[in-house]
Amino acid sequence: MSAQPNEKVQVIASGDRTILPEGTRMIPVYIMGKKYLLPETLTIQKAIEYAGYQFIRACGCRGGICGACPTVWRVKGDYQLHFGLACQTVIEEEMVLAQLPFFPANKAVYDLEQLQATGEAIASLYPEVMKCVGCNTCTRACPMDIDVMEYINAAMRGDVARTARVSFDCIQCGLCSARCPAQIAHYHVAQLCRRLYGRYVLPRAEHLASRVDEIQAGKYDGFLEELTRMDEDQLRKLYVEREVEPLDSEGWEPGDKRYL
Amino acid sequence: MGYTPEMKELIKRVEATRAERVERTRRGEYFPAMTLDERAEVLGRFHPDYKEAGRRAVKVGPNKGDVYPEEFVEQLEAYPRIHPDRVDFGALPTSETDVLVIGGGGAGSSAALRAAENGCRVVLATKLRHGDANTVMAEGGIQGADQEVDSPYFHYLDVIGGGHFTNRPELVAALTHDAPLVMSWLESLGMMFDKEPDGRMRVRHGGGTSRKRMHSAGDMTGSEIMRVLRDEVRNRPDAIEVMEFSAAVELLKDAQGRACGALLYNLETEAYFVVRARAVVLATGGFGRLHVQGFATTNHYGATADGLVLGYRAGVSLDFMHSTQYHPTGAAFPEQNVGLLITEKVRGLGANLVNIDGEQFVFEREPRDVESAAIIRECVERARGVTTPVGRLGVWLDSPMIEELEGPGTVERELPAKFVQFMRYGIDIRKEPMLVYPTLHYQNGGLKITADAETSVPGLFAAGEVTGGVHGENRLMGNSLLDITVFGRRAGTNAAAYAQNLEDGPGEPALDHVRAFIADLEAGGVGRDRISPMLIPDYTTPEVRQRQLTAHYLGTLR
Repeated sequence: MSAQPNEKVQVIASGDRTILPEGTRMIPVYIMGKKYLLPETLTIQKAIEYAGYQFIRACGCRGGICGACPTVWRVKGDYQLHFGLACQTVIEEEMVLAQLPFFPANKAVYDLEQLQATGEAIASLYPEVMKCVGCNTCTRACPMDIDVMEYINAAMRGDVARTARVSFDCIQCGLCSARCPAQIAHYHVAQLCRRLYGRYVLPRAEHLASRVDEIQAGKYDGFLEELTRMDEDQLRKLYVEREVEPLDSEGWEPGDKRYL
Repeated sequence: MGYTPEMKELIKRVEATRAERVERTRRGEYFPAMTLDERAEVLGRFHPDYKEAGRRAVKVGPNKGDVYPEEFVEQLEAYPRIHPDRVDFGALPTSETDVLVIGGGGAGSSAALRAAENGCRVVLATKLRHGDANTVMAEGGIQGADQEVDSPYFHYLDVIGGGHFTNRPELVAALTHDAPLVMSWLESLGMMFDKEPDGRMRVRHGGGTSRKRMHSAGDMTGSEIMRVLRDEVRNRPDAIEVMEFSAAVELLKDAQGRACGALLYNLETEAYFVVRARAVVLATGGFGRLHVQGFATTNHYGATADGLVLGYRAGVSLDFMHSTQYHPTGAAFPEQNVGLLITEKVRGLGANLVNIDGEQFVFEREPRDVESAAIIRECVERARGVTTPVGRLGVWLDSPMIEELEGPGTVERELPAKFVQFMRYGIDIRKEPMLVYPTLHYQNGGLKITADAETSVPGLFAAGEVTGGVHGENRLMGNSLLDITVFGRRAGTNAAAYAQNLEDGPGEPALDHVRAFIADLEAGGVGRDRISPMLIPDYTTPEVRQRQLTAHYLGTLR
């Protein structure tokens, strides 16, 4: 049972399992319609585990960045549908929840080298983008607060750069596409645009290209070879004596340029 | 929501000393850094790596006698999920490929792409979803010496100095040599690097760097790398087949001892199946979810040491598994955020670490291991930590100082994700400090590899956090994303070459190495109840477990 704190050294660490404060209130939460009484402070994810589930799906980074645990819920007596990540949302009384760990949305297969950063690339791979009805349901469904409809509109206009920038925080959980009446695969469209933007719109890093040439010409092979043969004392000396680029390094150049 | 009244009372002590601490920082007066002797003392007495309690020697396998954390030893000293006698290769569904990649994070995806580019058919099998990995959680950046004032030479010095000069030199050379090649590869795949208007990479310093070489994509660099690699893998359906929720539970070897595939387990249907391959790449990541020595972790749900167990049973030695990286500042409150990484940047922006009395007790830019040990000492020995309502310990990370030192708005601008993650629970880190405690962050060690990502088993390659030696006993920020891409690519390229040069093809798959391992376990008196690989951690409460009267657990899985 390695997921439990090790008793011998419990004094220095208390594990990852949720520990409930005394007197924690238990509140009714409905997991796919079935009622459980769960401690009010927990996230949806930890509350579902507390109820006795063991996740295979709908659980990933447990830190709000992987997109594995999109969840939808209503609160009893309220018509509104809510959206969020199970690992990032605290349970509420009378919450009726379901998880959507997967939702079908087809990704277009393409060769980035054969594309250009244009509206035609988007329209040919994802023609359904043009069917957006402007309902904004995608934006309301986004647990990352991305203006999804805004980037879809940009994609319709062929504005690859705007789609890329507006969609940057996307974790590809798929809630937008689950809700779209026009059946758009928003997050795949966004992924295409971000790659087109990174490949064709952002200028290439010239200094990086030069460095790649130098490396491929073997410029540093000898230097590195030399380092791998050094003993610890020699390395320690070089390490301690190495020049450190200042935080504000505008125009800074190191004195020793032999190894650049 | 927010801090309890008792904690709010305690925060007043932090506020009482803040003005003076801000003034001292403005004058450039810092808490004195430790001498090397003081560092050694605090590490020896309080760093979990140096403590005897909670560690023991492993009784079986290539590293027999080496001392590792108990939670990890329990994974090594464990019986297979399925006894080889029950595996009928004639009956199980079997597919064949050139290169089998096990693991769907950054390293596995890089390997799959390179193997496919070199003309191989690839199966990428992964336990959870493709992209479920620590890769997506890396925020800060990726190092690479591409600026004119920098070179792989200085990157090498930084890496090996940061690793206390213990790193495997040939691995450091490979890492630093390939770094610009990887940047260029990612750029050509359309990664949205942070750039200047002319296309120059925007670079920053990281802990222990002598030159600015930290490249980033906002504060979600790893996520961006993973999105791009996953998308590219899925652009090659003819060459790469992705199998999700397919956990490898055993490597297969032929009569000549060459790796020739894996026994896999469908986590959802619970059915076993076989993939035979000419070469195998292990890229299964680390072990944070073992909660070594009871620590909370920043790691992904799937970080359960599976690949280490598989490789070890197949005969690959471990390197540096005695060494674990604890990030000094994991969240200790609120309960929902426990273990969550609080980036080094918070201290970089000027926030002090202070105890229950609002007093500084450590310099904020000590190496990660020293800083962690100092926090543990403050809480455990000096009893100057704050106890949370549920009994966890922590010290204050005084984030409101940032607004005073760097101007209002800095916290929201520089730490947007952290700001939101605390605001959600009613804690405004612009105005209130964060409670922090060290958290299990990174597995420094792993399977021993060469610079070509080969293991000692022919046909078996490994890359990423599952391997050890690149970082020695301490990894610098920005070198894990680099590690997975550099060695993932090398593993893919070399596995492809190996597969193509294998003249007679691999022989019939067998599990004789597992039988031999079982014999060792029995000879060592290891109890029958221990099962690995873990695959999925178990967070079922003891109360629920007591009521699961007919549930059958095999290890942590039911």
